[in-house]
Amino acid sequence: MYSIGVDSGSVATKAVLFNGKIVEKLIIPTGWSPQTTSHEAVNLLLNKSKIDRDRVEKVIGTGYGRVSMAFAHKTVTEITCHGKGAYFLNSRVRTILDIGGQDSKVISLDGHGNVIDFAMNDKCAAGTGRFLEVMSNVLGIDVRELDDLTKNIDPEPITSMCTVFAESEVISLLAKGVSKEKIASGIIHSVANRGLSILNKINISEEIVFTGGIANSKGIKRIIEEKSKHSLYVPRESQIVGALGAAVIGWKLLNKDL
Amino acid sequence: MPDYREMWKSLKMDIEKHDQLCEILPRFYEDIYLSQENRPEAMNYYNFVVSEVHGLRIQELEEHRSKGGKVIGSFCVFVPDEIIDSGGAIGVGLCGGSEFWEPDGERVLPRNTCPLVKASIGAKISSTCPYFQSCDLIVGETTCDGKKKSWEILRDYIPVHVMDLPQMKREKDNISWQDEIKIFMERLETMTGNRVTTEKLSESIKLMNRKRKTLMRLYNTRKSHRLPISGKDALLISQIAFYDNTERFIEKTNELCDELEKRIEDSISVFEDDTPRILVSGTPMAIPNWKLHHIIETSGGAVVCEETCTGTRYFENLVDEGGKTLDEQIKALADRYLNINCACFTPNMGRTEDIVRLYREYNAHGVVYFTLPFCQTYATEFKKVKDVLDREGIPVIMIETGYSLQDTGQIKTRLEAFFEMLDTDKGRAASK
Repeated sequence: MYSIGVDSGSVATKAVLFNGKIVEKLIIPTGWSPQTTSHEAVNLLLNKSKIDRDRVEKVIGTGYGRVSMAFAHKTVTEITCHGKGAYFLNSRVRTILDIGGQDSKVISLDGHGNVIDFAMNDKCAAGTGRFLEVMSNVLGIDVRELDDLTKNIDPEPITSMCTVFAESEVISLLAKGVSKEKIASGIIHSVANRGLSILNKINISEEIVFTGGIANSKGIKRIIEEKSKHSLYVPRESQIVGALGAAVIGWKLLNKDL
Repeated sequence: MPDYREMWKSLKMDIEKHDQLCEILPRFYEDIYLSQENRPEAMNYYNFVVSEVHGLRIQELEEHRSKGGKVIGSFCVFVPDEIIDSGGAIGVGLCGGSEFWEPDGERVLPRNTCPLVKASIGAKISSTCPYFQSCDLIVGETTCDGKKKSWEILRDYIPVHVMDLPQMKREKDNISWQDEIKIFMERLETMTGNRVTTEKLSESIKLMNRKRKTLMRLYNTRKSHRLPISGKDALLISQIAFYDNTERFIEKTNELCDELEKRIEDSISVFEDDTPRILVSGTPMAIPNWKLHHIIETSGGAVVCEETCTGTRYFENLVDEGGKTLDEQIKALADRYLNINCACFTPNMGRTEDIVRLYREYNAHGVVYFTLPFCQTYATEFKKVKDVLDREGIPVIMIETGYSLQDTGQIKTRLEAFFEMLDTDKGRAASK
């Protein structure tokens, strides 16, 4: 008996096969059709693990594309799923900071992994993966290079919150002859500051779990740690926490007494 | 529907543009309202009122005017209806609740003005709202800076009288508000040629109190464990209360209440039993702004009460009917109206107390704190409200959103997550 959790995000679709522990997981680009991609993610996951479809008794959908998952038995919001996923990985978790492709959120949990409070970014993509991607494009670098490029570099402050305005700001800084490294450092500081401001919206615990694609950036993690004076724990599975939580919810539905 | 085009033309309306508005509204209403299942029979009256919103009611106002009567438009629950009624005039609420009017508002106002002010001003300068066109005088007030400065602009289009609402609730503020009521009364008397007498004012006070009691009766049915009416429908009724004929509104709403009370006896509900019950608190929702209620009630929640100007702030607390002289009556009016806890006051802890009280009275599970964009007073007041709600263990989520529907998806996710959170809360309470 298995459960599957599918997290259809704006950039990547994540899927986890679960039977009390993580059996298999995968991450694929969402592309233009969340509907097709989430379906494909389930099939790929089953192929990869050589498990028959009929042994999977619960599929739970989450993420912004959850509305188009006709095959899911149930859909749950990414907020609840992130809570369950992070709690499964580490039951001491009380605060989760998640920065994804187009939104950022902070979630507060009780001692049982239930959400007790949360806050999300406003409707724009400021301080998210999309912001980082657009800015890297302007600099002509790959997002993955940002960490190395900015090591020990003082930031050139980027003051615009809005992705569109920040883009023109970066272009004019380049025109002024400010170094790529300083601008890049300014960019990751800007993302970190947005993360900090959303953390300030709720009561946070000593140790914070940092998830979502942005958690892969050591630079951003370090800045948030320094400024918040809290340590951030980035699980190895940081990008699949939502999908994992969905799978855990499915598993709990299958084993109501557990 | 009869043809009202001649009437609209005589009101100097922009018929072509108004046609565009008339095209959107019925479909919008159908999607949001007529799609609901198991609606009370008596809601048909309000369906009719909405279908005739720019027709029959305007015709009534025009008939009143043709006999020399005056129509007074207002934008706020602080403008005393009793004075307007006792002066022989008809009062209508004018706030704009559609994004249709925002671009016209932006012709004269900064973009970062709240949608309610933009739409209200836009409705006038685009000549597409027949209520505005029927008004002989607009009564503004000083509840926020956006409105305060807008009156100066509106004066170029229509006569405006501004009431200076105090922003604190000390004795001297009460005296000052009594003065403002008198000044308004005198202006009205000059305009209509009618004298406001103790007898007339006493009748008007009783009439408006009856309207408040009727709305209270309606809201009381929403305290029931099984909800006989949706939050959307209740909101619509509150909105209609601002411009419908008062006597008819009281009669029809009492008929609805009879039906709702019968439903409670028969355990008939428009929601599943375990639906999270939501108290909405915050900025007013002018017709046809039904957005938040619609999203809540299509995301698994039910609105049980509105702590807003289109909710409890409109009808809670009655005016004392014992005044023997005009001065005593005006003092009674000031006492009642200054008891409204609007975020324009400082400090305003009375509002937080109201929210906690209503949360309990209506057996709510959570609070959705609603604010329109750029509404500084309500957005800022959230901090103090949340501090108290946190201390009381009352879950709350802040939703800031305007009239446009483009952010519906994001709001839905937040609200669904909030309801999931309330659900585990209920589960815990039950397992204790």
